[in-house]
Amino acid sequence: MRLAKRLHSAALRNRAFLGALLLFAVFYLVYHMLHPRGFSSAVLIQNTNESVAIVFVAMAQTLPVLTGGLDLSVGAVMTLTNCIASELLTGTPAEMLFGALLTLACGAAFGCVNGLIVVYGRIQPIITTLATGAVAIGLALLIRPRPGGEVDDDLSWAMTNTVFDFAETYGLAEGGEAAWLQPFAAIPVPLLIVLAVVLFIWLPFRNTQMGRTVYAVGSAEGAAYMSGLPVERAKIAAFTLAGLFAACAGLYLAIQTSSGNADVTQAGAYTLNSIAAVVLGGTSLYGGVGGAIGSLVGALILRVISFYFRILAIDPLLQPLIEGVVLLGAVSLGALRTLRVKNRLELFR
Amino acid sequence: MTASAITRAIARIREEERPVLIAAGFVLVILIIGTAYTMLTQGTAPLLSPNYLLQQLQTGAFLGICAAGMMVVILLGHIDLSIPWTLTTAAMMATAVGGEMAIPTGIAVGLAVGLFNGFGAAVLRIPSMIFTLGVDSVLRGLMVFHTGGFAPQTDATPLMRFLASGRVLGIPSAVFVWALVSVVIAVMLSRTAFGRAIYATGSREAAAYLSGIRTRLVIIGAFVCSGVCAAIAGILLAGYATQAYQGMGNIFLLPSIAAVVLGGTHILGGRGRYIGTLVGVILIVLLNSVLSMMQMPEAVRQIIYGAVIIAMLLVYGRNSKVTF
Repeated sequence: MRLAKRLHSAALRNRAFLGALLLFAVFYLVYHMLHPRGFSSAVLIQNTNESVAIVFVAMAQTLPVLTGGLDLSVGAVMTLTNCIASELLTGTPAEMLFGALLTLACGAAFGCVNGLIVVYGRIQPIITTLATGAVAIGLALLIRPRPGGEVDDDLSWAMTNTVFDFAETYGLAEGGEAAWLQPFAAIPVPLLIVLAVVLFIWLPFRNTQMGRTVYAVGSAEGAAYMSGLPVERAKIAAFTLAGLFAACAGLYLAIQTSSGNADVTQAGAYTLNSIAAVVLGGTSLYGGVGGAIGSLVGALILRVISFYFRILAIDPLLQPLIEGVVLLGAVSLGALRTLRVKNRLELFR
Repeated sequence: MTASAITRAIARIREEERPVLIAAGFVLVILIIGTAYTMLTQGTAPLLSPNYLLQQLQTGAFLGICAAGMMVVILLGHIDLSIPWTLTTAAMMATAVGGEMAIPTGIAVGLAVGLFNGFGAAVLRIPSMIFTLGVDSVLRGLMVFHTGGFAPQTDATPLMRFLASGRVLGIPSAVFVWALVSVVIAVMLSRTAFGRAIYATGSREAAAYLSGIRTRLVIIGAFVCSGVCAAIAGILLAGYATQAYQGMGNIFLLPSIAAVVLGGTHILGGRGRYIGTLVGVILIVLLNSVLSMMQMPEAVRQIIYGAVIIAMLLVYGRNSKVTF
């Protein structure tokens, strides 16, 4: 009985997230039922590959939003790290590993600078990141004035296919034939990468004092400060982690496309989509409520919508319109509660 | 004057006016640096010629009109991310209808989008950042469907072209349109009850509501201002380019926010003067123009652009430490 009660209250607290999960599950199931060839490993690989970048960018956006801010530079940092990675992911395996780590470090450092300006410069996050986003695009253009790059082909193949292909490429586990590998052989590597980042970076961070402070800052910054929580460090940590996640997106994009591209339009589109994904995933733009896993699901919803255009005979010209209507409809659903509020004062922030 | 004397002089200026004066000072600095550069390289000072400055004002008019509308919304602590496609939709509809009804049609589009945005932000209480973002992509969808993804073949009417690139008394007529919009917005903000209600609602909506201001109508009104301003900018831009085209509004969104904030308007609402926005627009337009005159590559221009915004805000845009 008590367990049921606890489950009920947990479900109520997370209803926005559960709603998003349900929406995604329905969308994705229907997608596979409508798919002419049904569910297959190849389709899954393609889907995950196309989702990784937006998933990471949405996770990046989540942290500043949780503190009650906003990061308009996530798309630009993704583009910047994409260009850096396209220069570094070549040579011996050790060099490539070092290049990947350096790429991630660059993203984290850029995020850290964002955080330092927000905290010590006391400039609103949205304006700070609007300006640093321009700087990131500028740096990306300096590194790569023209699209291109020399990412290692083996790496590109191994990271964007199944575990079996990964093992085969690098001659691990008897070239992918080992018996113990078989249960996992069909799992796409990008899925594992996302899972690893969630399990080894996001979840541990959320459970540290710093992670809880991020939530506290978003709920009531004054109260968090008065309770002696490290408000300033938490904000810097949030932006640093945002930079790191954005760098994950840039790094993966470089591996996936084998190139770097300092595309301003693409950076802007990713930033705006990340805000949409964060909101769809149940994170409040006022801060303090939500999480990166919700944003992950939100990003997947955005992607699944675009998958439909490939299998259904819908005029591709209708795609932006349908995406916009779904986004508007989804956020409006969350507003239904405001129509039930009796005391209007509760609506004001 | 020594550095400390300057600091004391700055401290004596009222806090409200400080950003405006610093931004204006920075405009002068840009002009001086630009002129020094051209004097050294070419031995002439084209930057200071009236013709050049008028041309800057003409290109600045589109951004200036967008920023005027954006400012009204930002004063409420909201934001309007639908400006790019409101602008494009208004331009496309205006050229599609053509004839005498072109301009009224464009403005009607802005009005309708503004009403819808205001409805979402004020009545449904969806954060304006996400609602206007959704409206932006719906408008984009509608226009892509309407045009088939190509630039529409319809041309701007002669009146639109005259308003954008014609000259009256030697001054570009777009500057007159900008001036008219500026006067209307400035008077509205400082001299009317609606303007005061905007500042009150932006400072603390609950208090404004309790003192009898119908805050929902105020918010809707502000979004209508923003939509109509974007529409006017779109009509002018279509006249300037003689056609409407896909994505014509994309370059105005972030600069218009930057111009409003550089002019001293607080991004969380309640504080700011229109003159500041005007100076902010001139600053951004001049900065861009001088950088391109120096033949800086796009990459360096972006970096300087970002650095200038940060540097200027570090000087005067600082918030109190903890917001309770």
